[in-house]
Amino acid sequence: MSFNPKHILGIKDLSADEITFILETADSFKEINTRQIKKVPTLRGKTIVNLFFEASTRTRTSFEIAGKRLSADTVNISASSSSVVKGETLEDTAQNIEAMHPDIIVMRHSASGACDYLAQRLACSVVNAGDGTHEHPSQALLDAFTIRQHKGSCAGLTVTIAGDITHSRVVRSNIYCLTKLGAKVRIVGPRTMVPPGIQQLGCEVFYNLEEAIKDADVIMMLRIQRERQGKTLIPSLREYSRFFGLNEQRLKLAKPDAIVMHPGPMNRGVEIASAVADGAQNVILDQVENGVAVRMALLYLVAGGDKLQEN
Amino acid sequence: MKLIIKAGRVIDPANGLDAVRDILVEDGVIVQVTESISAEDAESVDATGKLVVPGLIDIHTHLRDPGFEYKEDIISGTRAAAAGGVTSLACMPNTAPVNDTLAVTRYIIDKAKTEGSANVFPVGCISHGMQGEVLAEMGELKAGGCVAFSDDGKPVVSSELMRRAFEYADTFDAPLISHAEDKSLVGEGCMNEGPIATELGLKGIPWVAEDAATARDIMLAEFTGGRLHVAHVSTKGSVELVRQAKARGVRVTCEATPHHFMLTEEAVRGYDTNAKMNPPLRNSIDLAAVRAGLADGTIDAIATDHAPHHYDEKNVEFNLALNGIVGLETLLPLALQLVRDGVLDLSQAVALMTCRPAAIIGVNRGTLSVGAIADIAVIDPDLEWTVEPNMFYSKGRNTPFAGLSVRGAALKTILAGRVVFSR
Repeated sequence: MSFNPKHILGIKDLSADEITFILETADSFKEINTRQIKKVPTLRGKTIVNLFFEASTRTRTSFEIAGKRLSADTVNISASSSSVVKGETLEDTAQNIEAMHPDIIVMRHSASGACDYLAQRLACSVVNAGDGTHEHPSQALLDAFTIRQHKGSCAGLTVTIAGDITHSRVVRSNIYCLTKLGAKVRIVGPRTMVPPGIQQLGCEVFYNLEEAIKDADVIMMLRIQRERQGKTLIPSLREYSRFFGLNEQRLKLAKPDAIVMHPGPMNRGVEIASAVADGAQNVILDQVENGVAVRMALLYLVAGGDKLQEN
Repeated sequence: MKLIIKAGRVIDPANGLDAVRDILVEDGVIVQVTESISAEDAESVDATGKLVVPGLIDIHTHLRDPGFEYKEDIISGTRAAAAGGVTSLACMPNTAPVNDTLAVTRYIIDKAKTEGSANVFPVGCISHGMQGEVLAEMGELKAGGCVAFSDDGKPVVSSELMRRAFEYADTFDAPLISHAEDKSLVGEGCMNEGPIATELGLKGIPWVAEDAATARDIMLAEFTGGRLHVAHVSTKGSVELVRQAKARGVRVTCEATPHHFMLTEEAVRGYDTNAKMNPPLRNSIDLAAVRAGLADGTIDAIATDHAPHHYDEKNVEFNLALNGIVGLETLLPLALQLVRDGVLDLSQAVALMTCRPAAIIGVNRGTLSVGAIADIAVIDPDLEWTVEPNMFYSKGRNTPFAGLSVRGAALKTILAGRVVFSR
């Protein structure tokens, strides 16, 4: 199989075969990250711009390292240093960057659909590094990669995702990704954080954490944004933690060999107890490690994949 | 000056007329409607095989003048109206400055009279500055030509102020037009709440934001005995609320827009900012309810909520794009689609765009009676054309119907006996 998408905007439009192909490509890149000399010439001469309109440490660093290990020239632009503060439109910002002929723009933006918007207007490739509450495809792919690493396959597994579902792009991409790979996805959170119609994306909805994690193979905890407490969604972090936090006792309800994931950054003591975050079942740092390999695969495939060597 | 419109199928719902007739116009007034008129000194329009209807009346438009002339002005907006067969329109007061003073009302009316191509009936503000705190000087505004009052787009939050507004407006026999929306339930919502908003990751606007506000205003109208017109109903619930209120004898009317009876929230997919409006496009159940409300008479008028915006204001991220679409030049074919879909008969469709909206705003238009002002549209209901925004007379190009093949167009639009548009 050959798969060289022009853009990676979301998981929704990818097939199971395409997802698997990306994960297998990432397999072949993973080893590079543990070499003495962590660099291959694959994307030499390619320019990748990481255009981040939202604060991000993990994802931006991961994309940057991925690009550098493939020998691409990577440039980081963050909103604080960009012309956004001067009132420039997204289209103008993007067109100015494109005038410098990058091959790929990796974008993170607070508006859902911002990457689709860019892809409709630019000639270069666009990779979505998280758009609003829409999709976060590289996160879902690294999550699937990590699950495969520990469970062999996603097929037949029960994956529980807990937290603020409404405001999570990670959830949406993960529901698409995991169900396409044959897993069953449960989501759980207080009703104020579960958006209407989420079932239609292919998941089962729970409002009780114990019920949702019973016999689960994978538990994925989402970050609760501190600024949401005391507004209309939850009364307090204290109450949230009491009903929706993952502690050691609750974890026992899952399968004995269940793994615990978190896309980060964690609020220890809120959605996840430190004993769980640091416990034997956590694979949280594996996710981060695998993120580099998965993003190398995405950049490689978008840049042309096996066609690159022919040139 | 005489004008004769020959042999058209004349549909004049106010007079129960649907027959082939000649119409003779003299000095801007209809003087004769009979089977065969000969007047050799008259300019003649052959309407054989065409429809002849009262000039259409659109009671919900934004002409953006004064203040936002880069989006639209009274000249371009009324030209767009004429091109769409519309001879009268009511314009909302959310201009800059807002229409809460006689000077603004007079400016609009004078500019429309001297430079416009349609009758313009201003809607004044309910509250001073549209701030929702103090009543606007509705008596003076009504005397100056305002036909109704609305804080369109910034609905009055205070129920007490709205109560007093009903009572005060009724003193001067004017209706309140309610853009029924509980803003606290809308928050930062930018499309209909539901599975598609969830999928697209866009904040949703729940139906209850419209229904709750509609219910409040109906109850205030019922309580005060004042007159309420509910703008752009878009939900199953608000149609039903109006239906029930009418049955109880509440003085309430309502309108629906073409986009709410033609499109659903599916149109937002791909983050098309031309499918972003307020109220948002709803789901297929709501669309069916709006159509049913049009069919059974619950809905009194088809109005466009013509809302021109500049290209730059729509060429942005979906959540940042301004609400609204243009409508004057697509009103007629979209309304006629309801006839082709079997929702309405032709006479009902014409009534929803002529005599019924005229009654809501209390203007002596919308009929072809002898003695009436000769505002007339000659229509080819079968003319096929493709919606091309670049061809619009409006300055606004923002329409989700771009590229759509439609049927029905005005061939001649006649304003007080004068041909203001000809195709």
